[in-house]
Amino acid sequence: VKYMLLIYNNRSIIEAMSDEERAKIFGDVDTIMQELTASGELIGGEALADVTQTRTVRVRDGVPAVTDGPFAESKEQFAGYLMVDCETPERAVEIAARWPDARYWAMEVRPLMNQDGTDM
Amino acid sequence: MAATGIEDHLREQAPRVLGALCRKYGRFDAAEDAVQEALLAASVQWPTQGVPANPAGWLITVASRHLIDQWRSEQARRRRETTAASLLPPGALVAPASDEVQPAEQDDTLTILFLCCHPSLSPASQLALTLRAVGGLTTAQIASAFLVPEATMAQRISRAKQSIRASGLPFQLPPPEEREERLRVVLHVLYLIFNEGSTATSGPDLHRVELSGEAIRLARAVHRLLPEDGEVTGLLALMLLTDARRPARTRPDGALVPLAEQDRARWNRAQIAEGVALISETLKRAPLGPYQVQAAIAALHAEAQTAEATDWPQILALYHLLERLSPNPMVTLNHAVALAMVEGPRAGLVLLETLDRDGRLAGHHRLEAVRGHLLEMASDLAAARASYQLAARRTTSVPEQRYLESRAARLAPGE
Repeated sequence: VKYMLLIYNNRSIIEAMSDEERAKIFGDVDTIMQELTASGELIGGEALADVTQTRTVRVRDGVPAVTDGPFAESKEQFAGYLMVDCETPERAVEIAARWPDARYWAMEVRPLMNQDGTDM
Repeated sequence: MAATGIEDHLREQAPRVLGALCRKYGRFDAAEDAVQEALLAASVQWPTQGVPANPAGWLITVASRHLIDQWRSEQARRRRETTAASLLPPGALVAPASDEVQPAEQDDTLTILFLCCHPSLSPASQLALTLRAVGGLTTAQIASAFLVPEATMAQRISRAKQSIRASGLPFQLPPPEEREERLRVVLHVLYLIFNEGSTATSGPDLHRVELSGEAIRLARAVHRLLPEDGEVTGLLALMLLTDARRPARTRPDGALVPLAEQDRARWNRAQIAEGVALISETLKRAPLGPYQVQAAIAALHAEAQTAEATDWPQILALYHLLERLSPNPMVTLNHAVALAMVEGPRAGLVLLETLDRDGRLAGHHRLEAVRGHLLEMASDLAAARASYQLAARRTTSVPEQRYLESRAARLAPGE
C-alpha cells in the first residue's frame, strides 16, 4: 500500500539549532533514505521551499485573488513529503517515527487513494 | 510471426532458459540477469532477422556468453584488487558450443518458482521476482503494472536475488516434506499477483501488462506441471471464474457495478466453462482445500442465469466449510452476506457483530459496506446510510468510494 508521509516543521527553530544538531538531522535523513531505497519501499519525495515563498490563490466569482504567504498562520508548516510503498500501515508509522522532524514536530501518515475496484 | 507472437513466445522460454543456465553454472542471480539480456537481444533481433530454428538454444547461447563476459570482467577486477583464487566453477570461462547447453529434460519452472517464492523474501520481492524470472517480464513492465518507479522495482528484484544468493539456496526443488507448505506460498504469491491485477483502471493502456492475465498464465503453467494437485486446479479455476466477470464489473465511466446488478451477458462464457469444468473435475478426486471451495462458490455465482436464481443455500454451506478450512475475518464477512440471503438480513447482521468484537476487521471499510447493504435489506435506511458513509470515508479505492457515496445518497431522507 502506498503512503504519503507529510513532514511538518518550523524553520525558525531549525535556524536556531547548532550546526551539530542540524548535521544530525541531515545524517538521519540520509540514513533513512538509503535504507528505504535499498528495501525497494521508496517511491519518491520532495522538500518544499520556505513558507515565505508561498502564494495563496483563491477564485471568487471567477476572479482570482493571489496573496503572499500561507493560507493559515501556524507555527508548524508543511515542509515536504516522502512517498513509500510498504506492506503494512504499522511499517509506514515506523518509518515516520524515525524521520527526525517527528522528534521535534510531527509527521502525518496518509494512505493514497488508488483505482482498484473489487467486486462489491 | 507478429511482434506480440514473438513476445509471448520469448516469455514462455524465459524459465526454460534460466533453468538451463542455473543447472550449468549455478548462481541464480547472475543467470537471471543474463537471461534478461538475452530476451532483450531477441526482442530486438527476432522481429527483423526472423526467429532462429532453435529459439531456446539461441537464447541459452546468448545468455551464456553474457554470463561469461560478466564473469571475465569480474575476474579481471578481482585480479586487480586481490590475488585471491578465482571463485569460478571449473570450465566456466570456456564459451559453450551452441548445442552444448540444452534445455533440461525436466521443466525447471517449478524449481524457479519455489526459489522466487522463498519464504525468506518479502512479499513485494516474491511478486516482482516471479514476474521477471518466470513471467519473463522486464523490470519496466513490472514497475508500470505496480505503479511504482522503475528504480524502486529494480531494487526489489536485486534485493530478492541478493538474499537468495546470500542464503546459498541450491537450485533444486524443496525436499518432499517441505514441498506442500512451499507450494502454498507459491499459490499465495500467484493469487496476490492476480488480485493486484483486479483493478478497474479506466482507459485502455495497451502497453500496461495485465497482472490478472499474467497470474492466470502462471497458474496455468503450474497446473500443467502439477495436474493432480487439487489446490493448484482450484486456484486456476477461481482466477478464471473471477476474471470472467471483469467485463461487467465496471461501467464505461469507471463506476463499479455490484454482482447482483451486473449484466451477465457480458461475462466471459468461455472462461466460465473452463473454470467450472476444472473445479467440477477436481472436487471429485482431490483432497479439499480453500481455493477449491472459493472456486466452487464462484462457479455457483457464474452458473446462475440471474442474480435471483443464485443458489444461496449451497453457497452458505460452502462458506461454512471454508470457515472450517481457512478461518479468517474476510471469509466471515462473505459468510454473513450468504447467511443474510438465506435466513434474512438480521441473521447476517448478528454475524457481523462477531467481527466487531473480533477486532481484526474493526474499522475496515468492507465491514461497514456489508453492514450498510444488510441494513438496507432490513429497511433500516438511516443506519444503512450511516454505514455506507463510514465505508466511503474509509476506503482507499476511488471507484469503491464513488459507489459507496452513491449508495448513501440514494438513501438520503426526504427523497
